[in-house]
Parts: sequence; structure tokens; C-alpha cells
Amino acid sequence: MNNKAIFGLIALLIVAVVGWNSLFKVRQIERVVLLHLGEIKNPDVQPGLHVKWPMIESVKRFDARILTLDAPPQRYLTSEKKYVVVDSFVKWRIAEDGLKKFYTASSGSLNVAAGLIASRVDTGLRAKFGERTLHEVISGERDELMADLTSEMDKVIREELGIAIVDVRVKGIEFSEEVSLSVYQRMRAERAREAQEHRSEGKELAEGIRADADRQRRVILAEAYKNSELTRGEGDALSAAIYAKAYNKDSEFYSFYRSLDAYKETFSNKGDVMLIDRDSEFFRYMGSSKGKN
Amino acid sequence: MAWNEPGGNDQDPWGSRGKKGGNQGPPDLDEVLGKFGEKVTSIFGGGGSRGTGNGGGSIIALVVVLVVISLLYAVSGFYIVQEAERGVVLRFGQVQDALRGPGLNWNPPLIDDVEVINIQHVRKYRGRERMLTEDVNIVEADFEVQYKVTDPKSFFLNVLRPENSLQHAMESALRHEVGSESMDNILTQGRAALADQVQIRLQTYLNNYGTGIHISKVNIENVEAPKEVRDAFQDVNRAREDQTRVQSEAEQYANGIVPEARGKAARIIEEANGYKSEVVARSEGEAARFDKLLAEYKKAPKVTRERLYLDAIESVYANSTKVMIDVEGGNNLLYLPLDKLVEQSRSQSSVSSSISDTVQSATEEFRQRRDTSSRRREVR
Repeated sequence: MNNKAIFGLIALLIVAVVGWNSLFKVRQIERVVLLHLGEIKNPDVQPGLHVKWPMIESVKRFDARILTLDAPPQRYLTSEKKYVVVDSFVKWRIAEDGLKKFYTASSGSLNVAAGLIASRVDTGLRAKFGERTLHEVISGERDELMADLTSEMDKVIREELGIAIVDVRVKGIEFSEEVSLSVYQRMRAERAREAQEHRSEGKELAEGIRADADRQRRVILAEAYKNSELTRGEGDALSAAIYAKAYNKDSEFYSFYRSLDAYKETFSNKGDVMLIDRDSEFFRYMGSSKGKN
Repeated sequence: MAWNEPGGNDQDPWGSRGKKGGNQGPPDLDEVLGKFGEKVTSIFGGGGSRGTGNGGGSIIALVVVLVVISLLYAVSGFYIVQEAERGVVLRFGQVQDALRGPGLNWNPPLIDDVEVINIQHVRKYRGRERMLTEDVNIVEADFEVQYKVTDPKSFFLNVLRPENSLQHAMESALRHEVGSESMDNILTQGRAALADQVQIRLQTYLNNYGTGIHISKVNIENVEAPKEVRDAFQDVNRAREDQTRVQSEAEQYANGIVPEARGKAARIIEEANGYKSEVVARSEGEAARFDKLLAEYKKAPKVTRERLYLDAIESVYANSTKVMIDVEGGNNLLYLPLDKLVEQSRSQSSVSSSISDTVQSATEEFRQRRDTSSRRREVR
């Protein structure tokens, strides 16, 4: 019985191992090729649980998801003969109906497939860059360029390798060292110009403000002078009218009176020396008490 | 050439059992067999000592072993899904529609594969890039992307290492948008708009790949010129400040002199007004005085006239130096030392006066004398 039990156990083990080897799962994130002694028996096993001959048949699994190919930066020449260093990446996956082609073309190695894609895309990008100017590459046309390149690459590579190209994108365009230096120089020059512009504009405005202020000052003072002269004139006119009105009442007496005032005003200083003739009216009584005339 | 190869790491289909978290993964075959063997030998060892004729013990032992194995199998199917997580289940490799929610879950090991993915955690990716702008200038920018996994099935099924894809896509999207804007725009007001455009573009890329990632925010911070030319940019800022400074200095000048001029103008006007009032008042006063006097004069013209004349001449003579000439016809031979007379009277009247004053007053005196003599003749 003991031996029987051991034998039974061994039999159980063998069944388990064989069973384990003859069943296989295909997950939805992978693509599977079933090989019968190295020959493709089923080029695209659908997801689920499957049976195969143990030992004789084997499976090759590949990732069904989108994979990324991130090639190292390459130097390309644009149409105006400027070197740019372009860093790109490619999103790709095994095409829906291309698993058999993929398996045969890349002999089952994703690395080989990636190398093939990289060289194709490199060639494609080089051609695209070569027929465009730097400006076109940087800005406006990038979307178009990439869409073109993606569909071209997809067509070719799907045919050759059974691989679908989902997307080709440039993630970096840089200038080579010498071009960078000239760009920096230009940027510097542009900034210097802008700075100068700001400073000069400031001076221009400031000068304008100062000149305007000076003008205002002149105008204000001139206006004030004008008004003051006007007022003074009014005063003079008014006083002249007042004098005339009063003095016109007896102009002869005014002359007399005003002359006397003027004499008093004129000879108010001891230093004034007068030579007096005795003939004047003032000295009428000087010579005789009767008076002269 | 560097590329991402499947099976290069823990994404290997055979290795993915370990990803289930905890020890819920299906037990390794060797391990199972090893345990099985241990149990068998221990049971048989015990049973053999009691009696060899009884085979029932072995069968019982076998059953016990199977039960233990089944139990182990069942227990290893348990796992916990956290509140923020969802489990994607592959049954025999096929995706099940229903996601596993939070709590204790059980899936049969070996049959089901479960991928647990956090769908609420906001993940971040930060970086710094040097890029070309539309006008072929170079700028540097720091950026940050915040994103969430909203569709765990797509996240797991469609793309290998989706977050890596996000980083590539971000670099590309950012470069594209920066390459479509002028540098001035990016450095000044266009930054927020730029972030929005990058977000839209990035989301488009990710949707195209079917990553199941939702971009919740793209921040573009600290956009600046490369350090090789930064001083030139700073000089522009300084120039802007200089501009405003020079302007405000000029305004300060204007604010200084214009009100000052207004004040001066007010003074000029007031002085004129004062002059006007003064001359009018004077004339009015003098006219009134004359009027009063005239009224009295009219009453007694001869006497008043005489008195006025004598008063005036009296005061004139009283206040001046005089020389009386009482010689008829001897005018031509008369010698008068006029300058001495002037000097004498000057020293008497005013003590302190400069030479120029003396000269000036002397000439004035001369003129006055002339006038007086002519006037005297008229009076006479």
C-alpha cells in the first residue's frame, strides 16, 4: 500500500506538471504566438485560457500595449543649412493584424523591431527637416509635419514589420553650440535695443513734461503781467479822470496852486543854492514899505 | 539605441504575479509541490510507526494534504483595495467589466489577475526645459503637470508605462506651444494662456494614446531667458524703471515750477490791484483837497492867492541856501564860488553820502538851479 501511495502521488505530480504545461493564459495586455516545434501554429492567440501540447508547443509573448521608442538626439540640417539637434520619440504597437509579420520580421525581438523603427524614423525626420526652414519646423508646421510623418511611417512600417506607428513627436529642438551663441548674441542685441528705447522714451517724455511746465510758467507769468498792466492802466485812467474833474473847475488856480506845491517839493533840501534877484514879487517890500508896484 | 522593451522589468507577463500586493499572488508551483512533499513525508513518517498494514491512513493523509492546499489556495486569493483604489480584473487574461471597489476582495488565484490602481491620488510631474520660441529665441521654463488616473482599465491595458508617456508628451506639447508664441508674449502676459494651451494639447496626445490619464492642471512657472543672456533682460527691466523714474522726476519739476509761477502771477495781479487802489485813492484825496481849497479861494481870491504864494516861497527859501544879488547891472562881473557854497551846505545838511551821491546830487542841483532861474524869470 505504501508503494501504491507513493506511486499515486508521483502520478498526481506528473499530471499536475503536464496540466500546468499544457494550459496557458493570454492576458489582454499581451499578444501571443503559438509555436509548434518552432513553427507558427497560431499567429495570434486571443485572450483567455488555452490548451497546448506540453513540451512540443511553446508560446511567445509580446506586449500588446503602446510602446515608446525614445531615440537619442540627432543632428539634422534644415533647408537654410542650419544644424539643429532634434530629440524625438515614437509611439508604436504591434498592429492588430500584423503579429505574424512582426514575429517573422523581427525574429521575435522587440529590440530588433525598435532598431528598425528608429532608423526609418530617423530617415523620415531628416528628409522632413531638410525641406523646411527652421522657423517652419519650430512653429506653425510642426503639427502638420508630424501628422505627415506619422502616417507615412505607419504605412511603410506596417507593411514591412507589422507594426503600427501611433505617433511621432519631436520633444526637443536645440541649436548646435555655434548657432546657440549667435542666437544669444542676437537676443542680447535685441534686448539692448529695447532697453535703449525705454530709456530714450523716458527722456523724451520727461523733456516734454519739463518743456510743457516751462511753457505753462511763461504763459502764467505773461498773463499775469498783461492783467496787471491792464489794472494799472485802469487805475491811472481813473485817477486822471478824478484829477481832471476837480482841476477843471478852475484851471488857472490849479496851475498856480500846483506850481507852488512843485516849488516846495523841489527846493526841500538845504543844499539847494538859489541866486535870488531882488526884483521878484516876494521882495516887493524889501526895498520900500510901499511896495514897488 | 535606447528603447523600452517589454519584459525588461516587472512588466514581464510572468513576473506580474508579484504586483498584486501582499501575498495574494498565486503560490509558486515549486513552492506548492515542496510543501506538498513535506506534508507527505511527515504524515507518512508518523503513520509508518503505527502499522504498515493499514493503508487507510495514507489516504486520509492525502485528503488532508489536498484540503490544506485548497485552503492555502483560497486564502491567497484575498486582498484589500483601499478607498482611493480600484482593481482591474483579468479572468483567464480577459478584462472583466466590473472594477473591484474598496474593501476586502477575493479573486481565485491563477485564474484571475488583479491590477490595483489608485484613481484619486493627484500625481505630479515637474521639470525644466530650454526651448525655442516662434521668433527663434531661447527661453527656459519650469513646469508642473498635475494629473489623475480616471480610467484604470485604459491606464493598465493601452500603454506600457503610461506615466513615462505623459512625460514625453508633456515635453513635446510644451515645446510645440512655446514654439508657436513670440518670446515677449511668453515672458509677459501670455503665460497663463500658454499653460491652458499646453494642457489641451497634452490631453489630446494622451487621449490619442488611450492612457486613461486626465490632466487636471498644467502650471508654467518662472519663464525666463537663458542665463547666458539674463543680464541683458535684466537691463531691460532696469531701463523700464529708468523710464518711469525720469518721467516722475520731470513731473516733480513740473509740479514744482507751475504752482510757483501761479503764486508769482497772483502776486503780480495783487500788486497791480494795489497800485490801482493807491493811485485812485491818492487822486481822490488830492482832488478833494483842491476842491476844499478852491471853495475858499472863490470867497477871497486876491488874499488867498497872495497868502498861498508867500507861504510857498517862504518855505522854499527857508529850506534852501540862497544868495541874494542886489546889484543892478553888475551881473557879468560878479564872482560867486558856487562849488564852495554847495560844498559848505552839503557838509552842513547831510553827513554821510558817497561820492557818486555827491556828484549826482550836484548835477541835480545844477539842473534845479537852472529851472528855478528860468521859472523866476517867468514869474517876474
